[in-house]
Amino acid sequence: MAAPADELLGLYRQMLLIRRFEEAAAKAYSQGKIGGFLHLYIGQEASAVGALANLDAGDAIVGTYRDHGIALARGMSARACMAELYGKVTGCSKGLGGSMHFFDAERRMLGGDGIVGGHVAVAAGVAFASKYRGLKEVTLCFLGEGSVSIGGFHEALSLAALWDLPLVVIVENNEYSMGTPLSRTLSVHDTSQKAHGYGMASDRFKSDDVMEVKRRVGEAVARARETSKPTLIEVQTYRYRGHSMSDPGKYRTSDEVELRKKTDPIVKAESDLRALGVTDADLARIEAEVEAEVEDASRFADESAEPGEELIEAFTYA
Amino acid sequence: MRELRYREALREAIAEEMDRDDRVFLMGEEVGYYQGAYKVTEGLLERFGARRVVDTPITEEGFAGVGVGAAMVGLRPIIEFMTWNFSAVAFDQIINHAAKIRQMSGGQFACPIVFRGPNGAARQTGAQHSQCWEAFYTHIPGLKVVAPATVADAKGLLKSAIRDDNPVLVLEDERLYGLKGEVPDGDHVVPIGVSAQVRDGDAVTIVTWGKMLHMVLPACELLAKEGVECAVIDLRSLRPLDLGPALASVEKTGRALVVQESWPYGGVGAEVVDRIQRDAFGALKGPVLRVTGRDASMPYNKHLEDLTIPSVDTVVRGVRAVLAW
Repeated sequence: MAAPADELLGLYRQMLLIRRFEEAAAKAYSQGKIGGFLHLYIGQEASAVGALANLDAGDAIVGTYRDHGIALARGMSARACMAELYGKVTGCSKGLGGSMHFFDAERRMLGGDGIVGGHVAVAAGVAFASKYRGLKEVTLCFLGEGSVSIGGFHEALSLAALWDLPLVVIVENNEYSMGTPLSRTLSVHDTSQKAHGYGMASDRFKSDDVMEVKRRVGEAVARARETSKPTLIEVQTYRYRGHSMSDPGKYRTSDEVELRKKTDPIVKAESDLRALGVTDADLARIEAEVEAEVEDASRFADESAEPGEELIEAFTYA
Repeated sequence: MRELRYREALREAIAEEMDRDDRVFLMGEEVGYYQGAYKVTEGLLERFGARRVVDTPITEEGFAGVGVGAAMVGLRPIIEFMTWNFSAVAFDQIINHAAKIRQMSGGQFACPIVFRGPNGAARQTGAQHSQCWEAFYTHIPGLKVVAPATVADAKGLLKSAIRDDNPVLVLEDERLYGLKGEVPDGDHVVPIGVSAQVRDGDAVTIVTWGKMLHMVLPACELLAKEGVECAVIDLRSLRPLDLGPALASVEKTGRALVVQESWPYGGVGAEVVDRIQRDAFGALKGPVLRVTGRDASMPYNKHLEDLTIPSVDTVVRGVRAVLAW
């Protein structure tokens, strides 16, 4: 296989892992093995995978409660992620965080935040620390378009632009803020316009093509790394599932969802891979590997121990 | 020993810790170019430069959040609120982020950050600028809260707060910034979670903190002229709470009074009362009472403001009420 196929194949595998992982999580949720909230990323995979493909080991990520995709794209193991969903002590946050609070200090994954908006300021703080130390690290911050009206988002952009912080803020516009369409919650359709008031660079593109996501976010990451300037990006994307597992999605038609599935990033990547000479057998092998990895993660989560009572207060204070 | 003002003691603590640790930086409104709204940070921009003394726009949630993010990756921010009243718009960062990061991450991320500024009533600053915040913040597991009443403690507790690996909230007081007091020479550090008995007596044990210590001590002098000798405990730290000296004193006096500036409903005083009745019930000769601020938003009028906050007179009356049992 040629080099472009190798790269796309790697990104394809990550997207497929996120999708199969979340399909397994949805099933486990319906079986009562996962509690609380479960916000699925299915349909949006190219956004996290393409964006994170630009990062170095020292770079950092801050996300919202819809964090499974960025965690897996960052290389956190399916085992640690699934065990966290199951609330097991082997989970990435020892079963204390849950679906919305995936953390991994080694991979500089700083959550998984359930109160959106304020987490953009936290991300700006991580970027501030990189600049304070004179390191060429970049922080990526993910949020949904439902988060761009709250104060924390605006204060963070204001400070990131004022102080030239190496921050890339990625608004994943999936068109619904929970179940309310964008037209009822925003005065503009293009959330990247929010950058203008802060004198910040911006970009806007679709998530259909993972390589294009990589290239465009790569420009912003390079701007942050080389010139310490922030960027606001809107990725136009779509989630196939409800806001969370408790959302039956009655605010949109099945025709709309089916239409959007025609521009599915995984289907597009498969088609592009075939054009690059990847065979059906290669794709089937990857599919089998990913399914085995997810099955192993589910088994691991099932068989892992519950956290002990001694952990209730163990991490309250350092 | 040297005599310093309260604000100078705080400034010394900040400067000494910034000297000893490059990870420590100061951020807030008016802290640099303007030299501090209450001149606590005077001269620090010139001394440490704009990298480490960072002026912010009016964005409490924003810069509190920047502090939290920087702390999560190992810096040690000192975030100044011009007053604690403005922390209301940063509440999410303090209680949902700083306090919970360690728990939510299974212990992977700490948040060694200091939030500091003046707490409580200043002088005729009205309802929105005169609130006590200890009841709100001491309620939250994951936070530490200190309230220095003396100049020496202002320096020593702030130094401990900066060195602590947890979020620590330092409740200062605008009416105390000009207070003069002795400060030990050298690296004066006061541990968090250790209260101090500042007066001995056998009649009543008075538990207080912050500015109210300066109402309680004159009241004790008045009562002493009548032969009523009160013991006084300055809590210094409100969370963690050290009631050891208070309980030891109650074993002798059998009577206790809590004096707080804040509102009566719930709060630190109620917590102190609960612990005394649980841990020293056998020694008590009567109920533990409280002298508190009045249960109303602060009026602007000077006369009414004076009536709303505990005074030397109301403390004396509180002691008499405890003795009446």
